[in-house]
Amino acid sequence: MANLKDHLGRPVVAVTGIGVVTSLGVGKADNWAALTSGKSGIHPITRFPIDLLNTKISGMVDFLPSSTKGASALTYELAETAAQEAVEEAGFASDDFDGPLFLASPPVELDWRDRFALYAGDDEGSASERLLKVARSQNSLDMFDTSQFGSIADRLADRFGTRGLPITTSTACASGATAIQLGVEAIRRGECDRALSIGADGSATAEALIRFSLLSALSTNNDVPEKASKPFSKDRDGFVLAEGSAALVLESLESALARGAEVLGILRGCGEKADDFHRTRSKPDGSPAIAAVKAALADAGLAEDEIDYVNAHGTSTPENDKMEHLSLSTVFGERIRKIPVSSNKSMIGHTLSAAGAIEAAFSLMTMREGVIPPTINYDNPDPSIELDVVPNVKRKAEVRTVLSNSFGFGGQNTCLVMAREPV
Amino acid sequence: MANRDVVITGIGLVSSLGEGGAAHWDKLTAPGTTPVIDAERFPPYAIHPLPQIDWSLQIAKRGDQRQMETWQRLGTYTAGMALDDAGIKGNDELSATMDMVVAAGGGERDEAVDAGVLAASENRTDRDVLLNEKLTTELRPTLFLAQLSNLLAGNISIVHKVTGSSRTFMGEEGAGVSAIETAVARIRSGQSTHVLVGGAFQTEHSDMLLGYELAGYLHRGPWKPVWQRQGSEGGGVVTGSGGAFLVLESRDHAEARGQKIYATLSPVLSSRARRRNGGLEAGIAELLAKTDLPDGELLAVSGASGAHAATAAEKAAFDANPAIAARALSSLTGHMKEAQFPFAVALAALAVDRGAGYPAFEQGEKIFAGKPENVLATAVGYHQFEGMALVSAPR
Repeated sequence: MANLKDHLGRPVVAVTGIGVVTSLGVGKADNWAALTSGKSGIHPITRFPIDLLNTKISGMVDFLPSSTKGASALTYELAETAAQEAVEEAGFASDDFDGPLFLASPPVELDWRDRFALYAGDDEGSASERLLKVARSQNSLDMFDTSQFGSIADRLADRFGTRGLPITTSTACASGATAIQLGVEAIRRGECDRALSIGADGSATAEALIRFSLLSALSTNNDVPEKASKPFSKDRDGFVLAEGSAALVLESLESALARGAEVLGILRGCGEKADDFHRTRSKPDGSPAIAAVKAALADAGLAEDEIDYVNAHGTSTPENDKMEHLSLSTVFGERIRKIPVSSNKSMIGHTLSAAGAIEAAFSLMTMREGVIPPTINYDNPDPSIELDVVPNVKRKAEVRTVLSNSFGFGGQNTCLVMAREPV
Repeated sequence: MANRDVVITGIGLVSSLGEGGAAHWDKLTAPGTTPVIDAERFPPYAIHPLPQIDWSLQIAKRGDQRQMETWQRLGTYTAGMALDDAGIKGNDELSATMDMVVAAGGGERDEAVDAGVLAASENRTDRDVLLNEKLTTELRPTLFLAQLSNLLAGNISIVHKVTGSSRTFMGEEGAGVSAIETAVARIRSGQSTHVLVGGAFQTEHSDMLLGYELAGYLHRGPWKPVWQRQGSEGGGVVTGSGGAFLVLESRDHAEARGQKIYATLSPVLSSRARRRNGGLEAGIAELLAKTDLPDGELLAVSGASGAHAATAAEKAAFDANPAIAARALSSLTGHMKEAQFPFAVALAALAVDRGAGYPAFEQGEKIFAGKPENVLATAVGYHQFEGMALVSAPR
């Protein structure tokens, strides 16, 4: 009989449903098959013209009906598709989930198409006056919804019958992990038996690409797109902007067992620590990332030597991978050379607000399947980063526990510890 | 048994009325205080503008100030005031273990660049290429960071060294409600000992007005106080720039360090009424019932936006509870979106602390002459999401 309470007397949190969409496809099966065969979802950008852009590749999700309908519509569809898979797998009615919703999604902005359309609707006054004047005469609820930060979660709440006021969170590239953490904490506090945590990001617009480009954050290895994302390689030159989503149904182990649900994994611990050093760079000593990893281990009640695998943040930027290595080697010491550490981003790119959730989903599947997805494009190892990155080819392994890292612009670091089985 | 009652120990406020808890108390309780209104800059809309602020009082480094636009500066400044008020600012240990939940929208876009793109679009059919041309050459790299929702929290970490944890909630008034509700739940369960929570809104930018006006929510024509805008031209909302941050602590944590306690905060409730079915009034009534209101007359600081449907529903719910004497704070500050609920809670805490109510902010608001032991704070979103909280005397 598994313990229903953890080492701190809190309800154990199980995962009973998982859904995923990435540039590799819709659903767990397709994604897992691609991920474990080392396939890349990175491809040339076709959604908008690439004239004058330094980066001409991405991991956009181009195969959904909303893929050409703007960031808000696509982010909603990504979230809905992943949540549908997860809720169905968990065995709950897909219109009556009856637990809280935590959504990680990108900040919204009015689409340029809408700005152009508003502007063209009048010919007097300054640009901003024209937009306002036409906006109030058109009174378009559809356009309005794309400008409200709570709208996507509101629609998802309607769609899945979640309970209460849905929370939309943004902690930059850690958002997906934060959404999971919020769900875990709500169950631990006894506020609910189950929660739906989603990370979704369909915001790869031209403007988003240009902004990251101006910060020199993106890879410009355009010639062979599937080779551009190369975490921990010596010649890594930035991340690849990507889209995707993942949803987890989180449930108290007690509730899951009571209704005979299949337990897909355990969310054992969450840890976070904010960085106060710089808006885009992390503290040179790595102390915030180190503290976040340690906090997650402590929260999980696990020692450093009880982690079997690290699902790295591994963005493929010079800065992140160096810092992540520093923090991992500080926490795990010499043993880090022997722990497999791989980056899903080598294949799917950086899905920003969704990354933490997608990588948690893949971490859970890694444990269930006993297969570690590789870090692909590892042809030119960075000698200063001595890690077993599971280079290029998947590896069979018994994985009982995973640490998944998420480190965000703005200094928000969140780490999750997951386990295959309850104890 | 640890006492994890949630208490308010720090208040930071900025609005068109001024800055600081004391200044707001004085203005809001003085007879005949009139709102600060600017009807010239964004016709046909009136707004409540920011007062003159010396940013360096809370953001010492010019370099830090330059990395932000007004919205992030305003939030970082207001957060600093709350930390100062709670005796935490500059205390490295307390700051490093402090959790933070920020309610945020987005920051300011570069209006000049946007206007340039739009002007050029009149003579171009290849607008996507035009976007690439303009944005690759004219966008300032740092402006992206000034726009990012989570970078208000990021700047608070950098400037004030609050680094225990950092979460940003998005979603208009509801984000402010969830931020406070989550902070309170964390403290009550022992997940946090002290939390910085709040938000800011900078309305003096046309995009911030556009966010309301896409659905026709803004009031037009001569300014009117909140409860009197029904039937007026436009949608009823008059916005204001402002910020509100609170320091929340467990009672044990606050007492152990001998910190002044303004008030206790419990319960905090939130909901998502099915408004399209006309369910808002019933939703607000249900929240009032769950709040377990004390007997006798009750002062309420209402975050009502003025938006016609939402404000009518809130008014009807109050009218059905004759003991409630509501004060619509937006009549004097304007609507501050994500900061609206934290602001209402802060004003409620000030009334409890001072042991006096607020005079009517506009004609028709009921007289409240008693000494408030409990004050209700509400935020009913102009479009979606609702919340309320009860703020009570500490003993």
